[in-house]
Amino acid sequence: MSPLVSTICQFWSSSIGKKVVVALTGIVLVGFLAGHLAGNLLVYVGREATNDYAEFLMHLLHGAGIWIARAVLLTCFVLHIVATIQLTRSNRAARADAYEVKTSVRTTLSARVMIWSGLTILAFVIFHLLHFTVRIDQGLADLRDPLVDRHDTYGMVVRGFQNVPVSLFYIVALTLLCSHLSHGVASIFQTLGLRSKKTRGAIKVFSWIYAAIIWLGFISIPISIMLGLVHFD
Amino acid sequence: MNLTLKIWRQEGPDAKGQMQTVEARDIPEEASFLEMLDIVNERIIEEGGDPVQFDHDCREGICGTCSLTINGVPHGPDNGVTTCQLHMRKFRDGDTIWIEPFRAKAFPVVRDLVVDRSAFDRIIAAGGYISVRTGSAPDANGLPIEKDHADQSFDAATCIGCGACVAACPNASPMLFVGAKASHLNLLPQGKPELDIRVLAMVRQMDAEGFGNCTNHYECEGVCPKEISADVIARLNREYACASVKEGVA
Amino acid sequence: MALDAKIPSGPLQDKWAKHKRDSKLINPANKRKFTIIIVGSGLAGGAAAATLSELGYKVKCFCYQDSPRRAHSIAAQGGINAAKNYQNDGDSVYRLFYDTLKGGDFRSREGNVYRLAEVSVNIIDQCVAQGVPFAREYGGLLANRSFGGAQVSRTFYARGQTGQQLLLGCYQALEKEVHNGGVQMYPRTEMLDMVVVDGHAKGIVVRDMQTGEISSHAGDAVLLATGGYGNVFFLSTNAKGCNVTAAYRAHKRGAYFSNPCYTQIHPTCIPVSGDYQSKLTLMSESLRNDGRIWVPKKAEDAKKNPNDIPDSDRDYYLERKYPSFGNLSPRDIASRSAKEVCDEGRGVGPGGRGVYLDFRDAINRLGEDAIRNRYGNLFQMYAKITGENPYKAPMRIYPAVHYTMGGLWVDYNLMSNLPGLHVLGEANFSDHGANRLGASALMQGLADGYFVIPVTLAVYLAGQKPGAVTTDAPEFKAVEEEVRTRTKTFLDIKGKRSVDSFHRELGLLLWDKCGMARNKAGLEEALKKIPEIREEFWQNLRVPGNGTNLNQELEKAGRVADFMEFGELMCRDALDREESCGGHFREEHQFTEADPEVKSGTTQPGEAKRHDDKFAYASAWEYAGKDKPPVLHKEELVFDTVKPSVRSYQ
Repeated sequence: MSPLVSTICQFWSSSIGKKVVVALTGIVLVGFLAGHLAGNLLVYVGREATNDYAEFLMHLLHGAGIWIARAVLLTCFVLHIVATIQLTRSNRAARADAYEVKTSVRTTLSARVMIWSGLTILAFVIFHLLHFTVRIDQGLADLRDPLVDRHDTYGMVVRGFQNVPVSLFYIVALTLLCSHLSHGVASIFQTLGLRSKKTRGAIKVFSWIYAAIIWLGFISIPISIMLGLVHFD
Repeated sequence: MNLTLKIWRQEGPDAKGQMQTVEARDIPEEASFLEMLDIVNERIIEEGGDPVQFDHDCREGICGTCSLTINGVPHGPDNGVTTCQLHMRKFRDGDTIWIEPFRAKAFPVVRDLVVDRSAFDRIIAAGGYISVRTGSAPDANGLPIEKDHADQSFDAATCIGCGACVAACPNASPMLFVGAKASHLNLLPQGKPELDIRVLAMVRQMDAEGFGNCTNHYECEGVCPKEISADVIARLNREYACASVKEGVA
Repeated sequence: MALDAKIPSGPLQDKWAKHKRDSKLINPANKRKFTIIIVGSGLAGGAAAATLSELGYKVKCFCYQDSPRRAHSIAAQGGINAAKNYQNDGDSVYRLFYDTLKGGDFRSREGNVYRLAEVSVNIIDQCVAQGVPFAREYGGLLANRSFGGAQVSRTFYARGQTGQQLLLGCYQALEKEVHNGGVQMYPRTEMLDMVVVDGHAKGIVVRDMQTGEISSHAGDAVLLATGGYGNVFFLSTNAKGCNVTAAYRAHKRGAYFSNPCYTQIHPTCIPVSGDYQSKLTLMSESLRNDGRIWVPKKAEDAKKNPNDIPDSDRDYYLERKYPSFGNLSPRDIASRSAKEVCDEGRGVGPGGRGVYLDFRDAINRLGEDAIRNRYGNLFQMYAKITGENPYKAPMRIYPAVHYTMGGLWVDYNLMSNLPGLHVLGEANFSDHGANRLGASALMQGLADGYFVIPVTLAVYLAGQKPGAVTTDAPEFKAVEEEVRTRTKTFLDIKGKRSVDSFHRELGLLLWDKCGMARNKAGLEEALKKIPEIREEFWQNLRVPGNGTNLNQELEKAGRVADFMEFGELMCRDALDREESCGGHFREEHQFTEADPEVKSGTTQPGEAKRHDDKFAYASAWEYAGKDKPPVLHKEELVFDTVKPSVRSYQ
């Protein structure tokens, strides 16, 4: 084995190495969320803007762009999940005998449920992809833009969220994502060694604000649709 | 004051342990927590029982020998103190107090509340030092050190190696300990030549000992009797990542 | 037997250099064939283990703690002296030597003390290179302070935890050698006896404190670095585990015990608050820089709220008696004065054994913030322990046993009269005389471990065939058997009283009769009572459990059994020394109005009075067998360079 390969293996097998992987992939995923949200908010502008944006994405780099993005995201997603599951398993093993009484002094609920919020988000993402990307619902897949001959993304979103159970699941999942981010974003800085006495407070505030923006931005859409503020026509 | 104690009793490393209820009578509130246990043990001995075994030595908060998880918090409810400096006036008459060992797979129980923390020694042996042979040192003032660096190094060096960070961490991670030990040396110019190999070796030994890893709960910071900041963990993360890159490509 | 200290000839300042030049060396290839047994892993033991391993010897190091990093050297707060003269204030090796000799009341060896001062400078270099974070100035250079009344600033310090930082440096060097394979570390392993083969110390018998297993270890030399015997008093500032067993076992196997009566009492400790008290906590002496010590003038005021006592009713007794040194008077003087006022019924706090250390005037003068900056951590410690706020009401302090200057007799090579046995640090007697100066304990431990023993051990080893003695020798089996029998005896007594109850009883008696002030009648009474307590100990002790797992009562039983015998030796030495010097104050021997030194104003009534004509010697007691009085040998102290004078702190 070359020294480089051996170092990579050792890095991956070490606890800190895995966490660095989680943090780096976390940056990609956190960044993706911001982009995704910006696109989604076009719903408020209207059908044309939304569908233009969808078309732009589909034709970026002659159609290759979206596949490159999907490959990067999928890789990050898988690495993020595999690393955290492995870390969680070794963490559980490190405390073989549980305390009879354990009191927390600093940690937060969000930090303690990271693996559960994460796994719920995983389930949600699978559903979400089937729903809006693979479009297993033929009714949503067949929607056409009434002005230009293309798929009606705008219509799909509105129709999709008019289904109350779907919207509720979406809101619950996004709430857990908010919790996940409130701990995760700050953790990126700590894991990459960017947190210090001077930056500690700012990182915490940034992490909370970011999580809140993502949460409010995303859930505003199904809520607006259910309240009839955004409608199909 | 009178108290009800729920104490972990375990005959030996391989024995099965359980909680035992022990009454503590007529405890003066000026007594330290360990003196309260002394009083309880004295009575157990008089009554022909087996006294509770617990680790302690200097009883002034510096040797790091005493441990105990008290009501679920390593070193108990007071901030910035070890168990030996915790005084009974922090409790109220009639309280029930749960006393357990520092629990972690890497800290096996020896007996009752005594655990084996030799994993910490092995982490230091792996690289937690500056290699300087006795007699080969240059003049002490030959190497001025920026006061700010010296102070930060000192803050890390106050670690007493008690293991409360491991006991408090939901993942039984010793990152506060390892971070503090590494930062103490890495922040000093004397420590720079061995920085990379030190960090790689200490982290690898830490993983080999069966500790968990840090997921940024900061429980360690909250119970550390020397109030060491988790900034040392951030520094260790960064130094480990950089050292790995250098090891792989440079 | 004549005691030969083997001090090299020649001028004082050349002795050590000459000795190093003349000492035999061991061939590097041969070094690894020698096994060195080191008991204790504090500053002296840890430094010796690391350094000897670096040189190539095979080292086995034993400690009772769960890690070598926990040895009690860690608790030293104040600092470490070194004659670096970085402050350009006139310090020098000679001045440090002279201060140490004078501080020790001229009861130590010139040659040893000079060597100590000489190597002090190397210690600082070594520690800084190891990464010890000493205090620094803004320019990046090392800071110093004056300590314990010294007139030069030669003390290096690391906030209030110099001991911990030095020990960590030493422990890290030790772990480095563990990693390199030169040192094998045996934590939670207690030495219970020493093995002598053909008149040479060649091994030890130990008990694994986790499994109860008793085993033997053979070596080419045995080094004891096991600290002092302050815990004979039960209450002291020592760690709970500190004990005299290793040194006393060596004594019973033939090593002479020197000056056991020299005990240092530290004036600024938190007073005892009840019978349950398990140990005493020291607060840095630096508090005396700004705090004023007082008690009420009238005994009936002792129970009053101190803030209600007007200045006119307060007795600032140190300022009154010692106008020029005042609250900064030397440790023994400050301690004894506190005892006197408490004996007069003017002591304050629970039990009436305490005096006030008052920061009211300093706070008024400098402001609370300035005081918090200087002493914040100490004030916090005091508040945690006592539950009182020292910013609002004066602290209460009382003296406590802190350090012991006596120890096993050693020559210039740190070798005892028993060949092969070397003794380092607080466990030996050699460098501090009758009283130790502040910030000198750390210096001596590290000097012995890093710089002295690596040279002087070779003097002995050069005459030895490596590995000549193994644990197969019948002597090992015999000692092992004795240790097993003794352990079994403790468990089989099955009496009524706990080990601690006996230890407390012994400690109280010794504190009372052989503590801060001693007299003939009291010492004789103690010598009568100790055997009675010991008798009951062996009849009525209760050690629960068995010897096959961790059993802290069993560990304590062995240590207290040795304290029971050692306490007697201490009183015997105190009785023999018909003078007062440093940490040994005999009430019969103090200056009175009639003395010319008092009339001339050199000293004053009540001060310690030495008798250089009769007692300028180090006592060295030989164990003569069970129920036989020990035999006293004397090493006459020769002063070629310095003329002993009356210690004056007027």
